[in-house]
Amino acid sequence: MNKNQKAKSLEKAYEKHSWGFIGIAVIMVLIFNVYPIINSLVLSTMSGKGVVMHFNGLGNIRRLFDDTVFQTALKNTFTFFIIQVPIMIFLALIIAAFLNESTLKFRSWFRTAIFLPCVTSLVAYSVLFKSMFSFDGIINTTLLNLHIIQQPIPWLLDPFWAKVTIILAITWRWTGYNMIFYLAALQNIDSSIYEAARIDGASKSKQFMKITIPMLKPVILFTTIMSTIGTLQLFDEVVNLTGGGPSDSTLTLSQYIYNLSFKFTPNFGYAATISYVIVFIVAILAWLQFKVGGERNA
Amino acid sequence: MRKLSEALKYIFLIIISFISIFPFVWMIIGATNTSTDITKGKLLFGNQFVRNFKVLVETVDLPQILFNSAKIAVFTTLISLLIASLAGYGFELYKSKFKEKIYAFMLLTMMVPFAALMIPLFRLFANANMLDSHIAVIIPSVASIFIIFFFRQNTKSFPLELVQAARVDGLNEFQIFFYIYMPTMKSTYAAASIIVFMTAWNNFLWPLIILQSQSKKTITLVISSLSSAYFPDFGVIMVAIIIATLPTILIFFLMQKRFVEGMLGSIK
Repeated sequence: MNKNQKAKSLEKAYEKHSWGFIGIAVIMVLIFNVYPIINSLVLSTMSGKGVVMHFNGLGNIRRLFDDTVFQTALKNTFTFFIIQVPIMIFLALIIAAFLNESTLKFRSWFRTAIFLPCVTSLVAYSVLFKSMFSFDGIINTTLLNLHIIQQPIPWLLDPFWAKVTIILAITWRWTGYNMIFYLAALQNIDSSIYEAARIDGASKSKQFMKITIPMLKPVILFTTIMSTIGTLQLFDEVVNLTGGGPSDSTLTLSQYIYNLSFKFTPNFGYAATISYVIVFIVAILAWLQFKVGGERNA
Repeated sequence: MRKLSEALKYIFLIIISFISIFPFVWMIIGATNTSTDITKGKLLFGNQFVRNFKVLVETVDLPQILFNSAKIAVFTTLISLLIASLAGYGFELYKSKFKEKIYAFMLLTMMVPFAALMIPLFRLFANANMLDSHIAVIIPSVASIFIIFFFRQNTKSFPLELVQAARVDGLNEFQIFFYIYMPTMKSTYAAASIIVFMTAWNNFLWPLIILQSQSKKTITLVISSLSSAYFPDFGVIMVAIIIATLPTILIFFLMQKRFVEGMLGSIK
């Protein structure tokens, strides 16, 4: 106790140095994170082309309700998020549960293989997928040869299948990433819990549902929030795999913001408004996920 | 029954592993084939690798492009590691109520997507006349809140006795950081540098906004622009993808443990 107090008073004496350590970081965060966040909010009340801007109040928000491209982008982003995130998290959990069994052979081989997609850049794998999913491409050829399909699937040419392709691509890239988080968390679960469950006659699937998932709840929550933020920001994949097409069927909010700011005649004010739509959605979803996750924990 | 479910498990894992690895195989085979063969799904090695490589070198200034990518990634890594480790150490060692509030606020801003930052950031650099420069690509990402968080989490395991002993020995606070903290935390630095390097090397959206002239572009931007051509030459693109992916694959296989540690850093 005495030692602790002494240490504490020592810390106080040295505290004046602390700004030398955190100062640069705090200033940089202020300039490159906090200022843009505030500036975006201000911009969202302005309108105009290029540098000439004027105050527009809530005009941009009104415009959202008439903008069918925005609504399409919003719908697409939600489709990706609602379908892709649960599939990926569930898949990652199952794989992690299998790989966690110490009796499994070739464990590290499987782990390395499944994690490997994480080393690719988003642009690189999107372009790879573009070449694989072409109409006469390797995916269609293989599926035809295996007689899984009778006719080639228009992966990148049809609005529905283009969405499927994007979802398949993201799932390929990120499942292993999430699996690594679950594997690390699983290693902290005492194996005697599973031992006891087995003696009580609980099946493997029951152990998975009743032990693994509840024990991993905090990690699942964390990865779900990370994936949510990631999916709502989807940009690299749609730009490089489908270009947002065909006819805006895979256009995401981030891509629309980019187009509004840097592709068409720039309308920074309106683009900033849409960026705040993403902020708003992320905040609500994160809050919801915390609430759901928190309640189940209690 | 038991045997059957065991077998199914292995089949499942083999299929998943196969799907995970296949695009890499595809990439290597593709680099040896013509673009037509690739879009027709040819799964055999061809003899076009030299031709594809030649075309790539003729289309873009490959050494310059790779130098650009490396320069951006290396400087981002060095500066970011220094700033973030100083901050992570500072926040953990010199706690005060005010600083905890700053820290919590910083973590909160991490939730704001980059889409909401990029327009003000672009205008900021436009006003400073810094568009189309590598500095503008590097600077906004060096104060990475995630890496600050990563260092602070890891500093929790750094023995305070070392700091106290060093103070008794007469080292000042910065000497302690540079001479004692840094060497002790080597593995944390390694893990963080992998993450920062990879993120910077693979970054797409921000460099796309900032870099306009062909001679300043990164390999990631080049791959994207090659593939968005009206008739993309996939054979050439595959060679470019191999070159762009090689450094990260090497880092992964040489330092797999640190690599995974860096990825997991956030949940320690």
